[in-house]
Amino acid sequence: MMTMLKNLQGWIDARIPMTATYNRHVGQYATPKNFNFWYFFGSLALLVLVNQLLTGIWLTMNYVPSAEGAFASVEYIMRDVEYGWLLRYMHSTGASAFFIVVYLHMFRGVIYGSYQKPRELLWLFGMLIFLVLMAEAFMGYLLPWGQMSFWGAQVIISLFGAIPVIGDDITLWIRGDYVISGATLNRFFALHVIALPLVLVVLVFLHLIALHEVGSNNPDGIEIKKNKDENGWPVDGIPFHPYYTVKDIMGVAGFLIAFCWVLFYLPDGGGYFLERPNFEPANPLKTPEHIAPVWYFTPFYAILRAVPNKLGGVVMMGLSIAVLFVLPWLDRCKVKSVRYRSMFHKLNIGQFAVSFIILGYLGAVPATPELTIAARVFTITYFAFFFFLWLYSKNEKTKPVPERLTH
Amino acid sequence: MKKLLIAFASLFPMMAIAAGGAPVPYKANIDLHDKASLERGLDLFQKHCSGCHSTEYQRYERVANDLGISIDDMRAKYILDGAKPGELMTNAIPGKEAAKWFGATPPDLTLVGRVRGEDWLYSYLKTFYKDSSRPFGVNNTVFPSVGMPHVLQDLQGVQEQVCKEAKDENGKVITDDVTKEPKMICELVIPKGKEGSMTPEQYDQAVKDITGFLVYSAEPVRLEREALGKYVLGFLFFLFVLSYFLKKEYWRDVH
Repeated sequence: MMTMLKNLQGWIDARIPMTATYNRHVGQYATPKNFNFWYFFGSLALLVLVNQLLTGIWLTMNYVPSAEGAFASVEYIMRDVEYGWLLRYMHSTGASAFFIVVYLHMFRGVIYGSYQKPRELLWLFGMLIFLVLMAEAFMGYLLPWGQMSFWGAQVIISLFGAIPVIGDDITLWIRGDYVISGATLNRFFALHVIALPLVLVVLVFLHLIALHEVGSNNPDGIEIKKNKDENGWPVDGIPFHPYYTVKDIMGVAGFLIAFCWVLFYLPDGGGYFLERPNFEPANPLKTPEHIAPVWYFTPFYAILRAVPNKLGGVVMMGLSIAVLFVLPWLDRCKVKSVRYRSMFHKLNIGQFAVSFIILGYLGAVPATPELTIAARVFTITYFAFFFFLWLYSKNEKTKPVPERLTH
Repeated sequence: MKKLLIAFASLFPMMAIAAGGAPVPYKANIDLHDKASLERGLDLFQKHCSGCHSTEYQRYERVANDLGISIDDMRAKYILDGAKPGELMTNAIPGKEAAKWFGATPPDLTLVGRVRGEDWLYSYLKTFYKDSSRPFGVNNTVFPSVGMPHVLQDLQGVQEQVCKEAKDENGKVITDDVTKEPKMICELVIPKGKEGSMTPEQYDQAVKDITGFLVYSAEPVRLEREALGKYVLGFLFFLFVLSYFLKKEYWRDVH
């Protein structure tokens, strides 16, 4: 039996590099041995992606992508399809969970300098994933065809109208109609279930290839490849399998406890994962009292509203995401990890995280004059993070970096 | 550690949701396990509400099964338009006709429990009061200028709004800071001779029954979901402990 399997393996390996690929990416992939809590979120993002793909496939089996049938078909899934409610809640909770793990994953990259040379492309692929993920989430939110689906999409698409000269034509082109209608719903459905998931999967593949080419960063921000033993194996590295597979299983179990607790006991996430007005069918003649995007867009929405001029707001919102793309070139420091960088850098990252969270809050509540001033202040501190980083990082007073990994 | 806290704080980016609109004075405290209450709610709903409001995403048969009503009872007592038990509960007047009578189509109420919440529904059904300036002669403190008659008036009686000037502990009238007009405290009372067929306690229970039925109707799977959740979480805790020791065992040689 064993020899038969060995022969089969040899037969396949003579034709495609199965064993070599496995060793390169899993079995013999040298991983720093000091990964901490922050390093769970990459594998968790992959888990949530698979969850979204699988539950999404099953949801499309009963979902009706038309203005007349969409809302009723979601309720059909919730009531008449066997375990349809479970699939739907897994998908809707998964959408919010995706952003939670991705935001934490990105923040990990910021604190340990994982975007720095030689991981610039890795960071760029990650940012593209984030961008596509936002488009995917936005289009998916239209599909239940509830009040917030409709009016949220109305507000976001109208933003493109702020672009001079061609703005109105662009909004018409996106909607496929003069208002959000069944035509918009159908094209968003096509993009949400086919086009964007394909792009997402390709980008995730590239993200992983880029990671395994340059190797993983770590909480100390030093390259384990610089210190190898006589066999060419990094002395501070351990094979991904079995060490990090068993560790990630633990991470997955911990994550699923939180995920399933929300799924089974708080599936609407207190009105943030599934918004209350969205249990009412879309009605183009009735505007909800307060239109707010889903929580994961609210930091950027707050920046948009903070600027008094509509075009200016759109530009600032675009910049707030665009500036993340160039982070590897704004940070000119040679030391990666926050552990060995200056106090100023620590404070700067801290204020950035606080600004982001407060902007998220401000984007979710109705704007008042006082809150608008607050949104302006935190928009400035959000951008100040990048400006100060660029300013001080060139001649930053850093601590000595260790030769070997610490724990 | 501080950064960990920041990260966790980002999981809960906002506090309570601001509902907007008029204040909601009462708590419903419904119990979805009380099937007798839900059935009374169904009964009241079918008699007083379903003439105008459908619950068209829900099926009679599902309600019968979930509430422990036999199909024969369902057919005899609660299916008023001769529909089959497997059909959707679309027993309302045609939308166009209704729009003509009320100025707007009465909304479907299958999901109103999730749109408004149980406390809002309970309070709304308790706070109709006489207001001759309105087309149906009634208004509502939770839903001002409501376009619906008080369909439970025969049960509750006709409430009237009685307002008096608010006074502090010294008996001085409290005035508004801006307008300088006296602040008013209003309450709803049923004048003598205007009582309905129910006592206030009976009416509260009836409204609670209807609210319970509508909350059930908005998410019929809720009890099943919560029951299944226990097993899933129990398994996951077990898996977590197991995977923790597995990790520990594998990592013994990493220094």
